[in-house]
Amino acid sequence: MRVQVFITPRKGILDPQGRAVEGSLKSLGFAGVASVRVGRYITIDIDAPSAAAAEAAVKQMCDQLLANPNIEDYRCEVEVGAPAEEKPAILPSGSSRKFDD
Amino acid sequence: MRWGVVRFPGSLDDGDALYALRDVMGQDAALLWHKDESLGGAQCVVLPGGFSYGDYLRCGAIARFSPIMKSVARFAADGGLVIGICNGFQILCEAHLLPGALMRNRSLSFICDVVHVRVDNAHTPFTRAARAGEVLRLPIKHGEGCYVAPAEDLARMEERGQVVLRYVDAAGVESEAANPNGSMRSIAGVANDRFNVFGLMPHPEHAVEKLLGGEDGLKIFQSIAEGAR
Repeated sequence: MRVQVFITPRKGILDPQGRAVEGSLKSLGFAGVASVRVGRYITIDIDAPSAAAAEAAVKQMCDQLLANPNIEDYRCEVEVGAPAEEKPAILPSGSSRKFDD
Repeated sequence: MRWGVVRFPGSLDDGDALYALRDVMGQDAALLWHKDESLGGAQCVVLPGGFSYGDYLRCGAIARFSPIMKSVARFAADGGLVIGICNGFQILCEAHLLPGALMRNRSLSFICDVVHVRVDNAHTPFTRAARAGEVLRLPIKHGEGCYVAPAEDLARMEERGQVVLRYVDAAGVESEAANPNGSMRSIAGVANDRFNVFGLMPHPEHAVEKLLGGEDGLKIFQSIAEGAR
């Protein structure tokens, strides 16, 4: 199944990117834009016995790596039965370089 | 004194740190590889500047899980001296060896400049060669140097003197204009509550010779070396 993770700047933490985008939208004439926050969106395809188990696993991932609790909040949504997306073939198989060698 | 400078994939300033320590200061410094677990008998570990792991996800977030960081965390827990410069500071925050986090600069721009920082605590192993209130002139070059921490943590850090360096003007005065990246309370460098781990955004290793525009960075390394004697 697929889990979607939404990571956003924590409430009360200044989000300079969100502010810049907000300013641009206003200068483009979009009326009524009250505030903009810019975050990160991650999808994780995971084998898990249940939606609850998948969510629990992804929450652990968020706590350990995906989000920084000092500055970010996160929210997970499990899509049960979502078809696995084809991985884009940017590089021929076998030629992808590991960056940590 | 024996020093270990860690090289992560994407580290940039490991060579300059080695140069400062070996060539300028005559110290015994060795390069440590991020995949190794040995610290090679180092008495002080340096996490250098750069873009470890391409700054993917968040600056320092991936490097934090390098094999060597387990050893660095153990070393720090045993009271060993660890200094993180720029990306090294970000790694130490991500590893929870230092409080707080470093976010995108307020201006959203990468900043390459020379700034003034004031030594607000000269009783640490990293600043003992400086006078309290002394102003150092050091280079900065970063995109994510805006220091943030929860208000209650900041209050505790201030109380204990963990805010070691602050951005100021040449006269030593804090101001919005002298704060290059929007850091809370103009924080440029912090220590942990045991004062054996220190992180700073400015680069002392780039300020070790008159030819490089100044030698104020030596004060930081000399402080550490003096303590080992």
